[in-house]
Amino acid sequence: MSTTDKAPTAAPDPAHDSAASAAADATDAAAAAQLSTAPLEDPPAGGPAVGMGVLGWIRWFWRQLTSMRVALILLFLLSLGSIPGSLIPQNRVDPMKVEIWKGKHEFWVPAAEKLQLFDVYSSVWFSAIYILLFISLIGCIVPRTWQFVGQLRGRPPGAPRRLDRLPAYTTWRTESAPDEVLSYAKELLRSRRFRADAAGNAVAAEKGYLREAGNLAFHIALIVLLVAFATGQLFKSEGGKLVLRGKGFSNTLTQYDDFKSGSLFSSDDLPPFSFTLDQFDAEYEKSGPTKGTPREFKAYVTYSKGAHGTPAKTEIEVNKPLDVEGSKVYLLGHGFAPVLSVTDPSGKVIFKDAVPMLPQDANLTSAGAVKVTDGYQDKNGKKEQLGFNARFVPTFAGKGQGTMVSQFPSPDFPVLALNAWHGSLGVDSGLPQNVYQLDTAKMRQFKKENGDPFSQLLVPGDTMTLPDGAGTVKFEGIERWATFQISQQPGTGAALGGAVTAILGLAASLFIQRRRVWVRAVTGEDGVTVVEMAGLGRSESAKLPEELADLAAKLNQRAPTAPAPATHPVEATVEGERG
Amino acid sequence: MTLLAAATNTSLAHASNVLIYSSMAVYMLAFFAHIAEWTFGSRSKVARTANALTAGAAKAPAVQVRSKAGGTAVMDKPQVVTRSATGTRDVPDGPGAAGGTAKGDLYGRIAISLTALGFLLALGGVVSRALSVQRAPWGNMYEFSITFSTVAAGAYLLLLALGKNVRWIGLILVTTVLLDLGVATTWLYTDSAALVPALHSYWLWIHVSTAIICGAVFYIGAAGTVLYLFRDSYESHLAEGRKPGVFRTSVLERLPSASSLDKFSYRINAAVFPLWTFTIIAGAIWANDAWGRYWGWDPKEVWSFITWVAYACYLHARATAGWKGRKAAYLALFAFACWIWNYYGVNILLNGKHSYGGV
Ligand code: HEM
Repeated sequence: MSTTDKAPTAAPDPAHDSAASAAADATDAAAAAQLSTAPLEDPPAGGPAVGMGVLGWIRWFWRQLTSMRVALILLFLLSLGSIPGSLIPQNRVDPMKVEIWKGKHEFWVPAAEKLQLFDVYSSVWFSAIYILLFISLIGCIVPRTWQFVGQLRGRPPGAPRRLDRLPAYTTWRTESAPDEVLSYAKELLRSRRFRADAAGNAVAAEKGYLREAGNLAFHIALIVLLVAFATGQLFKSEGGKLVLRGKGFSNTLTQYDDFKSGSLFSSDDLPPFSFTLDQFDAEYEKSGPTKGTPREFKAYVTYSKGAHGTPAKTEIEVNKPLDVEGSKVYLLGHGFAPVLSVTDPSGKVIFKDAVPMLPQDANLTSAGAVKVTDGYQDKNGKKEQLGFNARFVPTFAGKGQGTMVSQFPSPDFPVLALNAWHGSLGVDSGLPQNVYQLDTAKMRQFKKENGDPFSQLLVPGDTMTLPDGAGTVKFEGIERWATFQISQQPGTGAALGGAVTAILGLAASLFIQRRRVWVRAVTGEDGVTVVEMAGLGRSESAKLPEELADLAAKLNQRAPTAPAPATHPVEATVEGERG
Repeated sequence: MTLLAAATNTSLAHASNVLIYSSMAVYMLAFFAHIAEWTFGSRSKVARTANALTAGAAKAPAVQVRSKAGGTAVMDKPQVVTRSATGTRDVPDGPGAAGGTAKGDLYGRIAISLTALGFLLALGGVVSRALSVQRAPWGNMYEFSITFSTVAAGAYLLLLALGKNVRWIGLILVTTVLLDLGVATTWLYTDSAALVPALHSYWLWIHVSTAIICGAVFYIGAAGTVLYLFRDSYESHLAEGRKPGVFRTSVLERLPSASSLDKFSYRINAAVFPLWTFTIIAGAIWANDAWGRYWGWDPKEVWSFITWVAYACYLHARATAGWKGRKAAYLALFAFACWIWNYYGVNILLNGKHSYGGV
């Protein structure tokens, strides 16, 4: 199917003088040419002829670049070049892993950084490979398309002089007149959806143009895919947001917890919409070896399009993002947020909030920090800030098995462990702070009478009283939160279109055979018509002789075999002869 | 109610394991039957290749020849004469493992029947596994592996049923199926369980099933390619007038000719390449739904891409004059190696987003 066979050049045939044979070869080659628009020969090796100047070099370079051989080498380089990016962690995929890798392989870091091994897929060398490949591709497609259009407008090439040298051949003698045979043949071939034309004493027919069209469509679709992918990368935006149950999000830059975007993205591109998280359900395997494995996560949200759209309800699941205004909202993760209220020494509630904790393991053992920044005055009326290091387990192992490691991800036996600090949280320093961690540099820990750090385990409803009447902390209950990724990437539709075209083109190109059939009918010496039929495909295929046999049988019905003459005419005995 | 369901599920999962083990036992018998086939076949003395290559200028006639050239009043149908392209050695296909011996052939047939039985048992194992978990049986590597070998055996039997000349691949196929099942049951085994939410999608059915089919069929193509390389070097050995060893002659003489093997593996690879393309695209669509991007250079994605480009390379190589034959065959093997690495290596050694519960 995919070979650029030239016309089969026959072995030397003693019966013919070499000049005639060479001429026949030339016609054969002409007939076989253009069965594909593939570049026929690889360009000659070596540089351009001496003295061709800059233009000559450019032309030479262009010919090299658009040759099949170079396309092949570039493709191979592309596959080799993709390998390092799968073995070495990538910044774009997981920056954390990159740091870990760097820590482990310090010796290699400078070299790896020079080679851009942490950003393989946007590195100079990787880009060079695929850009060259795509220039080559364009340089290849344009002339091939022209050539193909030319072939579509032209006629199938005329019959080679010696049909019996073609891969499939048959002949018989008939009493029908040559003209009649040819017109039957034309009709027959056309009814089989060949493009057929009579030229001289033969009909030339061709079929399977869709193969070439499919091949071109496939290669063009590759370009569409690349352009769509590049557009997506340049204009995309992607951000994360943690939303507590009952709370909402509206799509503006300031609302995001973290945000990444392509280099041509501008924040005006963020479409306006908002949503609130009404409820979050999580289900887990309750027993068996995979106990605790998540089974289903569902976020129930109310969202509205535009700045003041009408609210609508929907559910977001792991594989079912919410599609709104060209953005997609994905459910990424979830966790717990203990609700705490804090009073000052006078008993006034100065803080009441749900504080999200960060999951540490699959059973949602969670850790976080509670920061009371405003409104606290100690017994002496001195303004201070309070901080609590918190560890939360949704399912506690039980008293005595005292480790704060969760046994199951559902809140079956929730326990919160707190230790308490006072002083300055350091949040006013202007430096960004991790909300899940307490910076205790300027804080002092509350101590028990005996000087040990003060800490306590709480179940919902419990109240912890700080030493020296410094106030109380009440574990009011548990709230849930979910994290969402909000992303938009233009060009996704084009990429999908390109991909579908690529598959269809590919299928056409690989499953359809392009082939030619010639029928020649001439009046033999004894006045009886000699019919010859031959077929030529891109490669040897069992189908071609079958198809030819079928066509011949049909034609033979209308131009039946004539009784053999008493003496064998020379042309008719091609038995076993292979030229 | 749920308790009852849980009980049937466990017994189904158990049945699945029993079926898989039984299929291994049957494949084992098929393996021995194939060995017997090859052994008996070696008693035949065939040297067609050498004859065809060294008989000198007087070449054998083409495949089909116009037989009756008139002389009678019978109106004979036109006969098609075919001739092979220049540059290919004109060598007949070998007689197959049985070497034309009746006893070898008998064992070969027994082996195929056993393979078919093993296939049915394994299929039962896969289906009962699916029923036990009430989802597509492709949630972890154990399940991929048992499906993979089942599809490979199925594809082979299908080709046989279609009357294709593929019996020569039997021994290799059964051996690999056994290896694959052995690895699956000893190292990759995971108890049946429901899916993690990330795998909940109908794209699972589409993407994973086509991926497994592609792998199994690429595997058959690769087996053909390896045999092609052996057979081709054997033929060129003969063409150079040298005499290969007895064992080599005995085995390779019975295989199809190099050009048949080459065509066979090309057709197989070319036929699944569009499906592989589709698999990657289906994966991208699923990733877009699950992770918010259709392409993120995750190791699994990278290696699917590498495999795809490598097969594209192979198809290009076939179209480029200087790269047909052995060079193209090496590319095909490289591409298949990428596929295997993507399956075992990436799943186990490189952990990306595509990590499945318990391997
Ligand atoms: C992104 C890079 C490319 C990929 C992935 C690719 C892929 C493919 C594939 C899979 C085929 C097989 C389909 C068939 O046999 O009809 C093919 C065929 C072909 N490609 Fe490419 N290609 C690429 C670039 C190029 C370039 C740069 C050229 C031009 C130099 C080119 C020229 C051809 C030609 C002429 C054929 C048809 C060969 C034949 O008629 O059998 N391709 N390509």
